[in-house]
Amino acid sequence: MLTARVIPCLDFVAGRVVKGVQFQDLRDTGDPASLALQYEDQGADEIIMLDVSATAESRSSASSTVADVRKRISIPLTVGGGVRSVDDVQALLESGADKVSINTAAVANPMLICEASDRFGKQCIVIAIDARKYHDDFVVVTNSGTQQTLLRASDWAMQATTFGAGEVLLTSWDRDGTQSGYDLLLIKEIAESVQVPVIASGGASHPNDMVLALRAGASAVLAASILHDKLFTISEIKNALKTAGYEVRL
Amino acid sequence: MSEVLIVPTGTANLASIEAAFARLNTPTRIATGATDIDQANHVVLPGVGSFGAAMEAIKTHSLFDSLCRRFDEQLPVLAICLGMQLLFEGSEESPTAKGLGIIKGHAARLTGAIRVPHMGWNHISSSGFVLQSGYAYFANSYRVESVSKDWSTAIVEYGGKWIAGIEKGPLVACQFHPELSGEWGLNMISRWLRC
Repeated sequence: MLTARVIPCLDFVAGRVVKGVQFQDLRDTGDPASLALQYEDQGADEIIMLDVSATAESRSSASSTVADVRKRISIPLTVGGGVRSVDDVQALLESGADKVSINTAAVANPMLICEASDRFGKQCIVIAIDARKYHDDFVVVTNSGTQQTLLRASDWAMQATTFGAGEVLLTSWDRDGTQSGYDLLLIKEIAESVQVPVIASGGASHPNDMVLALRAGASAVLAASILHDKLFTISEIKNALKTAGYEVRL
Repeated sequence: MSEVLIVPTGTANLASIEAAFARLNTPTRIATGATDIDQANHVVLPGVGSFGAAMEAIKTHSLFDSLCRRFDEQLPVLAICLGMQLLFEGSEESPTAKGLGIIKGHAARLTGAIRVPHMGWNHISSSGFVLQSGYAYFANSYRVESVSKDWSTAIVEYGGKWIAGIEKGPLVACQFHPELSGEWGLNMISRWLRC
């Protein structure tokens, strides 16, 4: 059986791992390559690295940081942040990413998803969607959460996956870094809208939250704060998932 | 340890494969022509992207015949992911493209009440020398349906049971990514290097 995945997320800026709250107030939490290796040893199923400064500061993701991490780990690596073109995707793949996530640029130009997916395969292209609650809907926010769109998150998820994204990295802006649990309604809505796997992100505080996210329809759960702050280890999380009846790779 | 030759299938992400071999202290090099393929001890046929594009890349580099020859002569080949599908006659993904045709059969899209791509770690059952049971990392939307009995097979279950890998002496192909399958995957690659 396909196992439930636990994925640590390394937000990075200038070669250091950082973590903020609602994408702001970033604090330093370590060296990317050593953290990634530590998480692989704990049983991480993949690593996601997001260059959180890239969109705001208009620069492409730091390929040397990616290359360092690639050399150290032997599990899949997804990289995102500031990806604007097919060339950006290619550069990250060449640096050692196995999958590339696209966010803001895809909202502005959905054809980027088609082009990247045609060229590199859909299993390689992750659509990263940052969503926040707005009245009774979930809407997409871009540019590290600084721009709110009128795009419904579920509509965008459907469109982006029809265009060729092979996975959805779904982050609740409202919950990011708050350790108040994943937004389960958001997960349910998106998981029901798409055929591809959904990675739940934003708000994990306890292994129990991860069980709930999987129940809501996520195929994988992402965590940053609770891992960087050593509140739980990945093996503790996986054991909790197993106890709840999910198959995990231990 | 002599170097491992990697077949340029165009869009494949080679960094992970190179990193895996580097961890096993084995140098790698990208093949530049048919002579390279003929002379190498070990050849890796990687593949990411589409079936049609990968076959085009093989033809562009005139590697079609030399790859087929290695299978005739039973010289070590490790075909990964799409690389495994290329060994067959064709794929539903690119109906007009012809595969290497070394093995009879086709690749077809995964169907059923499942999310596609098949993404993540799944358990394979196998009792081969190179392919052994364990958790392997997959990222595929297509898979081969059947293979002739002279190959030993690894089986995985996702939308039904299908072939996760095949092996016949030093000829090994897998739908999953050993280079991304942690310690288990590295051990598998190192068994293949001993072939």
